[in-house]
Amino acid sequence: MLTLRRIMMALEGDLLTPGMDLETECSQFFASDLMSDVLAFISPGSLLLTGLVNSHVIRTARLVEVKAVVLVQGKRPEIQVINEARECHVPIIATGCPMFEACSRVSHSSSENKR
Amino acid sequence: MTREAVFEQEFPVKGGDFSRAGNVSWEIRNLLKELGLSSSVVLRAAIATYEAEMNIIMYAWEGRLLLSVVPGRVHVVVEDSGPGIEDIELAMTEGYSTATPEMRELGFGAGMGLANIKKNSDAFSITSNVGSGTRLELTFLTNGHRT
Repeated sequence: MLTLRRIMMALEGDLLTPGMDLETECSQFFASDLMSDVLAFISPGSLLLTGLVNSHVIRTARLVEVKAVVLVQGKRPEIQVINEARECHVPIIATGCPMFEACSRVSHSSSENKR
Repeated sequence: MTREAVFEQEFPVKGGDFSRAGNVSWEIRNLLKELGLSSSVVLRAAIATYEAEMNIIMYAWEGRLLLSVVPGRVHVVVEDSGPGIEDIELAMTEGYSTATPEMRELGFGAGMGLANIKKNSDAFSITSNVGSGTRLELTFLTNGHRT
């Protein structure tokens, strides 16, 4: 289990949805830019890493009950997307890491946590 | 309302309206949750109806989802007026897609939609008439046993 706080630290990320609980724990992680694949393959309660920043990411995320969305590669969504995420209680963490690096860091933190 | 339905509601969906995409399936998800159905059934129905809603928005001119909840199952009929599907077997193949680049930019159109609807349903049927539209019938058993 990794808390969102730990994930955010590992990714040197920023929380774009202030006030959300960073002690929420995640044990499953899923990375994709295809919401079709998210809908087809993600396990509910996962952390979603993506390079897509439109509102469909949030709508997909809330439906499959993700714990948080990590936006990679320094991408920032428009304010209405952030507002929608706040309304849906979906935390958004933004990181400058490219997708591979972000996945690698989360995986490393997860492995360290299991030791 | 059909005789045995304990709950029935129709949800119109407008083709091409990406700004409201996901609203109908979210409403259905919340209704099923309020009715006290198990989280597994709610999730499967939410995913299947989201895919169906997106299909209407992406490919049809207009459509509707008709939700009915009866003892032991949730039933959803999805009907659209649209170009229809010429080869249903091909359209059901994972990865086959006729999505435009714009749809793909939004993260959709990976060719998983119909297959994912079927995967999440306990019973699934599809009929389509080219130039007229497509109709899906989905059933979700609420007693915890998948067929």
